[in-house]
Amino acid sequence: MATVFSRIGDWVNERAPNLAPTYRKHMTEYYAPKNFNLWYYFGSLALLVLVNQIVTGIFLTMNYKTSAAEAFASVEYIMRDVEWGWLIRYMHSTGASLFFVVVFLHMFRGLMYGSYQKPRELVWLLGMLIFLVLMAEAFMGYVLPWGNMSFWGAKVIISLFGTIPVVGNSLVEWIMGDYLPADATLNRFFALHVIALPLVLLLLVVLHLAALHEVGSNNPDGVDVKHGPKGNRWDANKPADAIPFHPYYTVKDLVGVGFFLIIAAFIIFFAPTFGGWFLEHDNFVPANNLVTPTHIKPVWYFTPFYAILRMIPSLFSTAIWGVLGMFGAIVLLFLLPWIDAGKVRSIRYRGTGFKVALGLFVLSFIALGAVGAGVVAEVIPAWFGNVDVTFWENSFGRLWTIVYFGFFVFMWVYTRGGREKTKPVPERVVYDHD
Amino acid sequence: MTMTKRQSLMMRTLSSIALAAGLLLGSTTSAVASEEGGLPSAGTNVHDQAALQRGAKLFFNYCVGCHSLKFVRYSRIAQDLGLSEQDVMGNLNMTGAKFGDPVISHMPEDSAATFFGKAPPDLSLEVRAKGADWVYGYLNSFYLDPTRPVGWNNTVFPNASMPNPLWELQGLQTAVMHKVDGEEAVEKLELSRPGKLSPAEYQQATRDLTTFLEYAAEPAALQRQHYGIWVLLFLAGFTLLAYALKKEYWKDVH
Repeated sequence: MATVFSRIGDWVNERAPNLAPTYRKHMTEYYAPKNFNLWYYFGSLALLVLVNQIVTGIFLTMNYKTSAAEAFASVEYIMRDVEWGWLIRYMHSTGASLFFVVVFLHMFRGLMYGSYQKPRELVWLLGMLIFLVLMAEAFMGYVLPWGNMSFWGAKVIISLFGTIPVVGNSLVEWIMGDYLPADATLNRFFALHVIALPLVLLLLVVLHLAALHEVGSNNPDGVDVKHGPKGNRWDANKPADAIPFHPYYTVKDLVGVGFFLIIAAFIIFFAPTFGGWFLEHDNFVPANNLVTPTHIKPVWYFTPFYAILRMIPSLFSTAIWGVLGMFGAIVLLFLLPWIDAGKVRSIRYRGTGFKVALGLFVLSFIALGAVGAGVVAEVIPAWFGNVDVTFWENSFGRLWTIVYFGFFVFMWVYTRGGREKTKPVPERVVYDHD
Repeated sequence: MTMTKRQSLMMRTLSSIALAAGLLLGSTTSAVASEEGGLPSAGTNVHDQAALQRGAKLFFNYCVGCHSLKFVRYSRIAQDLGLSEQDVMGNLNMTGAKFGDPVISHMPEDSAATFFGKAPPDLSLEVRAKGADWVYGYLNSFYLDPTRPVGWNNTVFPNASMPNPLWELQGLQTAVMHKVDGEEAVEKLELSRPGKLSPAEYQQATRDLTTFLEYAAEPAALQRQHYGIWVLLFLAGFTLLAYALKKEYWKDVH
């Protein structure tokens, strides 16, 4: 057998001599800093979830019916009559939410350790594009079961485009292919969800990794291992503080995968709706354009952005400001490498101002998430009794909206003119061998 | 109904902030139930096969006349509730449907709409949409109200167009009214005429019925929890092995 495989290998090598070295460069012999901590699991986990979504998604399409009349019943058919259909569906729906959990933590890691800073701006931009496409992918996937929240969520989100001056209303009809979310909308969302966006997503992931491997991974110390001393046990020319991805990070990521799968399996098998957060109660009612759900709200991962949309008031008789604010909240993340002019990457050696600002930024994201999910509107009367709920919800939400945008303004000012008092960055990575 | 509105909102808040709380509660229906405020706990357990069988019997005696379970097949009920084909076809299926057919009410939808003003909804997913506590509370909260077209009202779902189909079992409840901010509101319900069952027996019967509907809303719940244990055990072993492997390999990273 061994000779058969090596003969096949030789045959391929003769015809594509660069294939094996490319594979080694990007996979097995990709040299990564040795001091990765817990925060460095989420990249490989995101890849794992992506594969899960594609594989389970393929099996779902085998029984899903792309039609407004049949979609809802076909999902129940999958849940009840298709062998293991419930497992495939729960893996897909839980995977969608966990995708965002993992991606949010992955992005936060980038903020903490300055992974977006020079020379990794391109890695960050490609990552942000992945995030954007992922949001579109998740939104369209959420519409497919054609439950009542699918319908009303689609209606609300698509109508945001209606705030664009002049072309707005025509644009909304063009997107839906009807005057309401309807069969045409469902069919085109299906096409985008299962073919177009996954292709874009996969391409972007490949580019994200290629761009990363060009510059090399950052690490919790924000030290460039490429500029440090050379030579390690495996290769005389590679950075002394880096280790080959395989076997070191493959076995380490395997531990992360194990922990992650335990959490995922717990949700899939014991709490697949996650108390109404991953699969919403109102979405177990078929789409009905005559019955509006009591609270129209997006799935949890969109709630911070949805809150910004709701909190920014209409001015000059147009609601476009909220829409601009919501998209602006994402655009500013794209621009972060140029907003932050700091020379030190890692939070370990950055000034106190940065630490406080990042902490407040995270709090604003969580607080806005609570506003967008309607939790704040419920808490106010419970904790403070008979008060003007709208007034206090708006005050709270607007305060945190200001904090969210304030983070970027602060970063611009703070990292210029020598205002940030940083600590000395060590020459080499800190690695405590245990 | 002992929990005040304020307390139940606090509970909901806490479970919302800590997503994990929803997990620990185990029941996926708990969050929606407390949303309604002051609902009693249904206390259902879908793994109690005897309760499922009693609930199925109640459903097919009192509910299927108007309500369908269009996503549930008779054959599946037999399989999951430990009943034989004869049990189901002889005692539960009164419509002449085939064993593999879904449970469809005999009442034509348009005439149902004429009787009640609104066609009785399909109940396949009622518990997933409203929560077990809501369904249980609803079944216990009917009262006589002469101002309503069918003579009945419900405190959990005010102005519902459905009469209490279980009134023979529960008896008749009437409302004790009081004024809140100048408006008449129901303070509590009183049993003005006892039924065939004692209040405790009636609560047990409606709990069984809710259990059956919870099963009907997600038959996979019976399987997933069974397999879930083994999957978690496997993953725990896998993670331990992976950790040992990592330790071994990383010995030579200094």
